Order: sequence, then structure tokens, then C-alpha cells
Amino acid sequence: MNGKDDFKIIGKPIPRHDAWEKAFGLTTYAADFSLPDMLHGKVLRSKYPSAKILSIDTTKAKRLKGVQAVLTAKDVPRNESVTRFGQTHTVGGGFEGLYRVLADNKVHFLGEAVALVAADTEEIALKALDLIKVEYEPIPGVFDPIEAMNPNAPQVQEGRSNIITHYEVVRGDVEKGFSEADVVVENTYRVQFVDHAYMEPESGVAWIDENGVITIRVSTQVIEHFRGIADVLNLPHNRVRVIGTYVGGGFGGKEDITVEAFLALLTYKTGRPVKLTYTREESILSHSKRHPYVMEYKTGAKKDGRLIALKARLVSDAGAYVYLSPWVLLYSMVDAPGPYRIPHVRVDGYTVLTNNTFTSANRGFGAPQVCFAYESQMDELARRLQMDPAEIRKINYLEKGEALATGQVLNHLVALKETTDQVLQVLGEKPLSKGKIRIGRGIASGMTSYGRMIFLHDTSRSHVSIEMDGSVTIRTGVQDIGGGQASSLCQIASEVLGVPLDHIKIYIADTALTPFAGTTTATRQLYMSGNATLIAAQEVRKTLIQKAARMMDLDPERLNLVDREVVDQGGSGKNLPLTEVIKACASDGLPLYHVALFKAPFRTLTQFERIEGDVFPDFTFGTHGVVVAVDEETGKVQVLKIVSCFDVGRAINRLSVEGQIEGGAIYGMGYALTEEVILKEGITLTPSFSEYLLPTSMDLPELETLLIESGDGVGPFGSKGVGEPSVCSVAPAIANAIYDAVGIRINELPLTPERILKALRKEENDENPLSRHR
Amino acid sequence: MKKQIALTVNGVKRELLVNPQDLLLNVLREQLGLTGAKYGCGIGECGSCTVLLDGEPILSCMTLAVAVNGSEVTTIEGLLGSDGSLHPIQESFLEHGAVQCGFCTPGMILMAKNLLDKNPHPSEEEIREHIRGNLCRCTGYTQIVQAIKEVSLTRKA
Repeated sequence: MNGKDDFKIIGKPIPRHDAWEKAFGLTTYAADFSLPDMLHGKVLRSKYPSAKILSIDTTKAKRLKGVQAVLTAKDVPRNESVTRFGQTHTVGGGFEGLYRVLADNKVHFLGEAVALVAADTEEIALKALDLIKVEYEPIPGVFDPIEAMNPNAPQVQEGRSNIITHYEVVRGDVEKGFSEADVVVENTYRVQFVDHAYMEPESGVAWIDENGVITIRVSTQVIEHFRGIADVLNLPHNRVRVIGTYVGGGFGGKEDITVEAFLALLTYKTGRPVKLTYTREESILSHSKRHPYVMEYKTGAKKDGRLIALKARLVSDAGAYVYLSPWVLLYSMVDAPGPYRIPHVRVDGYTVLTNNTFTSANRGFGAPQVCFAYESQMDELARRLQMDPAEIRKINYLEKGEALATGQVLNHLVALKETTDQVLQVLGEKPLSKGKIRIGRGIASGMTSYGRMIFLHDTSRSHVSIEMDGSVTIRTGVQDIGGGQASSLCQIASEVLGVPLDHIKIYIADTALTPFAGTTTATRQLYMSGNATLIAAQEVRKTLIQKAARMMDLDPERLNLVDREVVDQGGSGKNLPLTEVIKACASDGLPLYHVALFKAPFRTLTQFERIEGDVFPDFTFGTHGVVVAVDEETGKVQVLKIVSCFDVGRAINRLSVEGQIEGGAIYGMGYALTEEVILKEGITLTPSFSEYLLPTSMDLPELETLLIESGDGVGPFGSKGVGEPSVCSVAPAIANAIYDAVGIRINELPLTPERILKALRKEENDENPLSRHR
Repeated sequence: MKKQIALTVNGVKRELLVNPQDLLLNVLREQLGLTGAKYGCGIGECGSCTVLLDGEPILSCMTLAVAVNGSEVTTIEGLLGSDGSLHPIQESFLEHGAVQCGFCTPGMILMAKNLLDKNPHPSEEEIREHIRGNLCRCTGYTQIVQAIKEVSLTRKA
């Protein structure tokens, strides 16, 4: 195997096995599952963003008929622990965060969990919440990360500075660089809180099985939180089992623990099965958000467009708990200069605690924020130098073999010239503006890593076996969050073993029964578990081919597995049914299974302040081009077209890849134009979908998706990850298109009609007619 | 006081005892085990709970079960052919990759059925208008609109 053109299954647009059940409405999502004698759980949440808890009285709630448990912090065996976010390796240097199950002396953000209830019905549980008396004393909080950096600001978490982390990336001498620059552009960019807004709210059911194991069937991106949950209960890790369901959307919001610890506690205390599903309002109030950033950028270039220096200062709002904020910031640090060759760079980054909703992973993980800044800067430089925005980028794009500012050498193709050219070609001629409706075009490029940071020592395992009738079983602890994570693995096994897809069955996401495959985060599953499954399938194939070679008396090199037959490609015309070979292997006691361990490249981080050297296994590069119509009277922006082009390495399933890129484009469009979780003094003003505005079918632009298949990724068959990269450069492309349409640049997301109108009016009132550029 | 109601659900007559405040969504999911309709927001903003009531789409999370006594209810489970075959709309959703996480899919497919029953050859604009109340976070809608369009194109007038 296998030249590119020989693929039978890889690269084909194949409907996914999980999609069949989903289209029938038969998939059992977390909330669709029930057990006899099951209780209903509810969470009492903080009404204040910053307050002391003076007392909690649960007497009345406990007395209510049908209430089986009311729990507060004092009932939790281990209420505080250090979470490794599903990893097994401890990095150190502030990378592991505090996980507190229930607030005890203080609440730190609106919606923080204070007490838990389990009752016979949901109605009784809700009544019990009303009967719990919590006496609060509101205390001053801090809601702006810049203010929170002031040593005199209210301390968000006891006994620690509000500044969680400072990182720096340094290359060359940035001041010397600016002294050599012919043009310097300086701007401050601000981006907002974003909700993941998966359609499925957080949910799960827990019970104690016949072996006394706490079993939690839950919608999660990380089944390996079972260790942290066992720690909460002070139980051995093998006494907690997490089964991951097909997830109704994750986007990073189900990467941290959601309902699991609450469920485990309630079932542990009552001995009965418990279901807990968040309401939508509760979901928006209480789960993580995408980090808002304040980003000061200064970029310098020579007359001919060559970049010479970039200086950036990033401050991200971590909200009230650390969670993944240092990780997200580190991604931003590496990506902050963009995919460009810049001799002199200095980036400083801070992530800071506030009394806002905590922030953590959200599709893109720190990459989209800085992309908005660096790609807005590139267009500003182009304007100042009177260059074409695509040309100035092409002069500066990094190429294979060159290094990022951190020193990490890009060992794989950087196809940005190609993605830019293809986007421009498909974008076509700009339509003409009509009256007050101004048309503009913009592009932006981006880089996003796939695979976890290499000092996390990431691994994945997959077990592939072939049955006596030639059907194949895959067992791997992969969580499927809707991106086709499981079905891609079936395609890989199908390709390697020459067995049709409908003869392959996959079992996923069970900490008791499937080998650990790590998290479905960081665009890592195809890369990590795809490689593990590839290796496992290849090992089984090797056993089969070697046995067949002896049976057929032929050189194994000549044999291939095709459509459940061993085929001689050497022209003898000899074929052997696969089942005969399997039977022979079984008689010989040969293993008809293999469990493979795939290890990402490892490196231990010793220096936590200055980020140097390799951080990621590889990056995915791509370009977005958009056409917008801006109504000068209302400020409303309509996106008419988005063209996305990515080097995906190799498309394993064309339908899934295009689906990721199209969905990512609209996810990015929402980020650019309408989505914002608005917090005022820590109070969430947008706790529903009539306030938090997602794109609908009416906002849908014409979408064009172009794939480059360089085969130069580190995933199976040279593939790259695309789930998160697909979002990265949409927002700056839209901002750049708005500039092209009406000559104004807004450095703050979302680009609402109010902000655009305000900027347009400011321009009109400006006396200098040259200030407005068309 | 529980009330007795009669519903025809996916062609089968059901007699049910419900509380006056019980929502149709919960009755379908908890009493009848039809979990195809989903709770997504509980206040009619996402469309995940969509079912057809006498052929017309309703938000079952905002509908009292007692209020629809005597009606005919179609859920996604009702589209399955007796031989296990897919409805052409379901088939088209699969072929176009219009299903990712699948949580909005039952609502989307029922909306598509309702549209195509009334208007066998809708324009793209009409399709987008029809599903505007049904949110999808994964696909960006394109494949869903294409899937519905494809059914209308391949259908004979």
C-alpha cells in the first residue's frame, strides 16, 4: 500500500455511520438515557459575582418530601484539587489549575455552584433549591483584566495574585527593528466573551453499578476526567467509570468538567441513579467562555513591504478560575506574530483573574483572537504602503524550513501562497456598490496548531481486532463530538484491512473498556487516534499477510488486502478469501488484534516565562476571503460570500472535512458580527438565544470551500487537523472587507451595526477629507 | 389532578395521563420514550424540540400536552419506514453531510418535511426562510439547505 490514487476509502465523501442513527433520531444523547428509580439533580448557583458566604441553611430543603440529598461544600470529600485537564503528565509552572467543586466561604463569579440537590422529580428538586437559604455579603469585585492587574485591585482567589501567568516570546531586538522600519502601524484590539452555544446543554446520568463502581454516562470531550472525579470522592481511580455519549456539540465547552462531579457526588450519597441536565440559561451562566483579549500591536515594515518588527502585549480575561487560561495564552503567544517572517519580535502576554465567568477552551484556543489583530495590522500596513493586501502577505509568509519567533522550525509545507491565490481566484471580481449599500472584499490568513503542546507528553491508544467472519472491531477511548471523529477511524481501518465500512464496528469513549485515547480537543483526534488506529490496523494486516504468504507460497510484498480477499498483485491470479487466512491464524494462535500506542513528540518544558523552541507538533494553514455589503444608513453588515482554502494534508472523509470548514466559517462569522456574552459588573446580560445572537440560516452567505492536499501533515496518510483552524481568520477577513467597503476600521469585536454607524458618523464629522479611504 | 388525553403519535393512538402543566416535549420523551425531540433551550429559541402537530411544526417545549388533546403528532421516529428505510429527506441529509453532532437534525428534518409537503419545489430563499428558527451550530447550514434543495429537485412535480 498505497499510492495516493490507490485509496479505496480514504478521501471519499462517505456518509458517516453515526449520521444514520442521528437522522433517524435514534442516537441516545446524554439526556435521552434514563434508569429505573432515577433521581433528578439540580444545582444552586451564586446570585452574586463576588460575595462572602456567611451561612447556608439546608434544613427546610432536606425536609421537603421527595428530596433525597442536599449537599454543600462540607459534604464533598475533597472539595479542592489540582486538575490536569485529562492529561496524565504534570507539567508544572502553573499549568495545573484549581478545581473547586462547590463554593465554600466565597463566591467568585455569577452562577458558581453552591449546593446540589437530588429529588424524586425535577419539580421537587427545583422547589428544594428555593428552600435553601444562603446568606451572602456582597464584597467588591474586579471585572476588567487591566484593572485586575493593579496590585491594589480586589483579590479574586484567596492567597494568590490576580495575574496568573506572564509569558514572553523574544526574537532579535525589537526596538532596533522599529528604528529600521519605514512604516509603523500601532493599534489596540479588543475581542469579546463568546459562548460555545452547542445545541445540547450539559447533561449526564450517573449510577453505581453491580461492582460498586460509580458510573457516569455524560456528554463530554474528556472522559479521562474520571481520575479527577475519583479524587473528589477520595476513591481509587478504578472505582469511577466515565462513558462518553455522542456529544451534541462541544467546541471546547465540554472540555472542562461540567456535570460529572455533581452527578458522582449525588449518586454516591444517595446510592440511586441521578440525572442532571442544565437549562440553557444555566449553561450560559456557568460554563466556560472564550477569552476576551486586549491586544496592543505595533508592526513595522520596510518600504518594499517586508516586515521587520512586531511588538505585542496581550492581556486575557481568565474570569474567576484558572482552568485552561495559561494554555490558551501560550497558544496565543506562539501564534501572535502570525505566519510571517519577522526578524525582530517581542510578545508579552498576561492572563488575569477577574470576577467574570471563567474562560477556557473555545474552538481555536487563543488563535482566533491574535489572528484578528495580526491580520488587521497586515491590511493597515498594506494601506500605508499602498500595496495590495495579498501581495504584502505573500512577501512575508513563512515557508517550510523557516522558524517561528519561538525558534520552532516549520518542518512541513506552509501552503499559504497557494491558499491565498486560490481564494482570490474564486472570490472573483468585486460586485459594484449600489447607493448606500457599499460592497467590500477582504482576505486574511491564519495559522492554528493541531495536536496538544508537546510538553504535555500526549499519547493515544487504539485496539483493532478482526473476527472469524472477517468483520473488524475498533475499541478506542475517543469522544465523538460531531466532527466524525469515530467514523474517520473506521475509514482508516477499512482502508488498511481491505474490509468494507459496513463490516467495521467501533466502540468509543469508555474508561473501563476502551484504551485511553486522550481528549477530543486541540484538533488532535485524527492526528493522535488516527495514527494509533493506523498502526494497530497495520499490525493486524501484517499478521494476515505473512500467514497468507506462507499459505499461498508467495512473497508477502506481492500481497494486498482488497474487498475481504488476499490478492496477489504479482500477476499469478491467485486469491485467497480473508476468512480462510483468519481461520489459519486462529489455529496457529496468532494474535488477530493489536493495541497500538501513538506518542506525539515529547519535550519537557523547564522555563515557563520565556517561550522558546518547539511547542506544537505541526500547524494547519489557511486563508479566508469574504465579500460583504455594508449599509451606510444602518451600519448593518451582510456577508455575501466566504471562500475558505486550507491545506488539509489529506482529506480522510471529504464530507467531514468540508463540513468542518463550512461550519467553522459560520462560527467565525458569528464571532465577527453578532456573538457576545455581555457581562456588566459580573452580571451576564445575555443568558438566552434571543440575547446571545447566533448566525441563522438567514445570515448564510454563499460558501466556497477549497482543499489543498499536500500530504505533508503529521496525521495518518499525511493528513492535518482542520476543526479549529477553520475558524481562525474569518473575523479579520470580514473586518478587512468592511474597511474595503466603507473605509473604516473597527478594532473591536463584534462588528455590530452600532459600532459601524458610530465610526461612520465620526468619519463624516471629521474635517480632514483624506481620513476616509476608499 | 392528572388528565386523560388521547394523541395519535406517529400513526399509533395513545391514551395518556398527564399533569395539566406537562409539556408535550416531556410527555413524548419521558412517557412515550420518543427522545428524538430535544431540549435545547426550553423557551422556543432554538427549534431542537420541533415536532409536527397535524402536519404543522410546533415547539414542543412550549406546548402543553393537554392543549393538543386529540391531535396527530409526528416525531422524527415516525419518519422511519416500516421496512427500516430512510425517508428521502433523511437520505439527502446523509448524502450532503448535513448531519454533524445531530442534535438539531430531528427538528431540521421535520421542518424540511413540512416545507416539502406544502411546497414540493421551494427556492433556496424559501428553504432558508422556513428553517430560520432552527439553530445549528455545527454545519453552518449550507449542507442542510443543499440537502433540502436536492430532495425538491429529484422529486417529480
